[in-house]
Amino acid sequence: MNQTVNNTAMNNDALLSVLAVSKNFSGVQALTGVNLHLMSGERLALIGQNGAGKSTLMKILAGVFPADCGQIKIRGTPVQIYSVSDALKHGIALIHQELNLVPNLDIGSNIFLGREPQHLGLIDPKLIHRNSSQYLKMVGLDVSPARLVRSLSIGQRQLVEIAKALATDAQILIMDEPTSSLSPHETNLLFEVIKDLSNKGVGIIYISHRLGEVKSVATRVEVLRDGRNAGSLEKDLISHNRMVSLMVGRNIAQFYQHLKRHSAAIILKVENLRTQAFPNKSLSFQIKAGEIVGMGGLVGAGRTAILQTIFGIFRPLSGYVSISGKILRPGSPLEAIQKGIALVPENRQENALILDTTVRFNLSLASLRRDQKLGFVGQRREKVLVNQIINRLSIRGTGSEQLVKYLSGGNQQKVVLGRWLAMSPSILLLDEPTRGVDVGSKQQIYRVIEELAAKGVAVLFVSSEMEELLGLSDRIIVVHEGGISGDFPSNQSSENKVLNLASGIQ
Amino acid sequence: MKKLLGIFGLLVVVCLITAIFSDRFLTSYNIENVIRRSALFGIISIGASFVIITAGIDLSIGSVICLTGVFLPNLLTQFGVSVPFALLLALSVPLLLGSVHGLLITRLNLQPFVVTLCGLLLYRGLARGLTSDQTQGFGNDFTHLRTLATGKIPLPFVDGFSIPVPCLILVIVASLGATVLNRTIYGRYLLAVGGNEEAARYSGINTDKIKLMAYVISSGLAGLGGMLFVLDVNSAQPVDFGNFYELYAIAAAVLGGCSLRGGEGTILGVVIGATLMQVLRNSITLLGIPTQLEFAIIGAVILAGVMADETLKLMIAHRRKVLTISRRSKP
Repeated sequence: MNQTVNNTAMNNDALLSVLAVSKNFSGVQALTGVNLHLMSGERLALIGQNGAGKSTLMKILAGVFPADCGQIKIRGTPVQIYSVSDALKHGIALIHQELNLVPNLDIGSNIFLGREPQHLGLIDPKLIHRNSSQYLKMVGLDVSPARLVRSLSIGQRQLVEIAKALATDAQILIMDEPTSSLSPHETNLLFEVIKDLSNKGVGIIYISHRLGEVKSVATRVEVLRDGRNAGSLEKDLISHNRMVSLMVGRNIAQFYQHLKRHSAAIILKVENLRTQAFPNKSLSFQIKAGEIVGMGGLVGAGRTAILQTIFGIFRPLSGYVSISGKILRPGSPLEAIQKGIALVPENRQENALILDTTVRFNLSLASLRRDQKLGFVGQRREKVLVNQIINRLSIRGTGSEQLVKYLSGGNQQKVVLGRWLAMSPSILLLDEPTRGVDVGSKQQIYRVIEELAAKGVAVLFVSSEMEELLGLSDRIIVVHEGGISGDFPSNQSSENKVLNLASGIQ
Repeated sequence: MKKLLGIFGLLVVVCLITAIFSDRFLTSYNIENVIRRSALFGIISIGASFVIITAGIDLSIGSVICLTGVFLPNLLTQFGVSVPFALLLALSVPLLLGSVHGLLITRLNLQPFVVTLCGLLLYRGLARGLTSDQTQGFGNDFTHLRTLATGKIPLPFVDGFSIPVPCLILVIVASLGATVLNRTIYGRYLLAVGGNEEAARYSGINTDKIKLMAYVISSGLAGLGGMLFVLDVNSAQPVDFGNFYELYAIAAAVLGGCSLRGGEGTILGVVIGATLMQVLRNSITLLGIPTQLEFAIIGAVILAGVMADETLKLMIAHRRKVLTISRRSKP
């Protein structure tokens, strides 16, 4: 009873209240009855694992898509948000992970994009610049509004985005992983701006995976898990351990089977490889058959480029990759595939799936060449193979003829993995294998990876999820700014050790 | 298949209307004529659709038709080249041009629109320049060769109606095209490259080779079409021979279900699309509609067809959504 009274009081004072919001994406429940309150001047950190529903909730608030049910109130008044402009009208601005600035326009034009002050029907550039300067000052960015956005660093662009949001009189600022590509210095500047804004009464919702940052910037933490509220922590109670236990909320052990496997001969050897992303760093490492190696590091540390270069998407600047002692011809995915390498890329919709085609089409794409009969598709073979994979990975849906675009993220990821199972690879490279994947599929993907390793497949996976990195791998390689900053067995590692190495602290 | 029903329905409707309002539509002479024209346009449209499936475009088809169409009679009448050799030579030119298009697009990364637009201007100009704008034809010779386009195959037990030879050629080309697209790994790769080129590359597909082949097929079939067109009419004026045919071919492909975004298309649909276009032109003549309006009517029908198709798709997507929601709301 007491609690209800409390809640009501809170609702009325709150700048923003989210009440029992749910959202379902073609069969996957992304949010179930989520509640959230934000007071004016509060810095609320929203945390949770990938797929916990943070981004979905924020996109609902920002009008990217509507909720299925539930209510949103601003200062106690229920509001309907059906579009981004609705959200802006109610003072909610979302700053995306991928910045939404037009690089070939100047700062001022970006800040007033779509709301240009006009004089006799013409855009008034002087007024734009004068007004922009005022907002740039608020975010502590000391550059001319006439500068092209293209010439700014990522950190500066971030600040321009915030200035743009302030120019719309936003009272609620949502920031989705704002520091993911910022340097430590830029991050500190951003925190100063955030604190300054919240002192002026702006409510800030801050989404981040970096718990250290959350601790230093947030006044309260709200945790989501599997699309539900998992708990919240007031300022004094925010600690690393409490956040992690709320985020995970289940016994980690059940996730990984730790099948017995014995590493044998070295199968993949990377020798003095220099990638195009980091021309000044060269790296060498080896992986044994049956070994699962996790690659940790910050976003943008060059991990993806390493996998892509091994797989032949990009040519290395120097160095080589060898498989069982044989050097791989660089720059050819086909060669890599034929030598037994498979890559599950980071962005499955862009780099792996042909969304408008069927599950069968996608599953057999890599193995068609092997199973061909004089250039013709071996249709019987294809059918058998596809059905085997669908059963093995329990890809849900209506079967092999379903269009891939209607599958959930987890099932789509299983299709990508399944394409490579059909090739029986000896080296499996995975880039963020469980990003945007529901818990059930996640567990299945882990199981398949462990089974493959038990059969002697060498696995190298990139992951930004600490739990996955520590739980799944036998060995961890940490990458920092394109070079290897650590390589050790996972039983000698800790979250702190990996984080320190990832940010370049020895 | 559902998609083809719409365009096929449109074809039937146009045929019915024309048959009702003109007693000349269903005469065997007219039907044979429409079938012949449809077959010729069907062949070049199939070529265009291969390129469109890769999310590319070939604007040079009309000019390639012109170049091949003036080259063949020129070889035979002026240079006295033997028939098989002349055919081979005349076909090798478009195949070569197609590979050049493909190489420029894949190796130099030029845009298909730009490359083939330059081709459109270049080959038309070359054809006109090399012939000094003189009309090319076979005169009264080569009647055997000309039966490839003008000949008819009588049907047993049917009097007064026979199948034009180009129809047979179309059936062969279309069957080959459909087999390549649906049964071979090249066809799969083609659809994959058009659907998502990056994903195709990440699956070990040599996307450059696949695209290059599509441009060779397109120009090759344009060349075959060019030879058949000139064999049919016996005179090719370089200034307008094959003019605008690329647009008929592209329109037929789009009407037949190809998406300019790539990754989609069926050969049967393209053939129906090409037929619809020729039936429309025929109807305009038979119904006494001023021929000046021909383009306007064809444009309007294509627009209506594409709009109907999109609306249908939206309706299906909407119904799907409603279905899943109602299914979910049940406990």
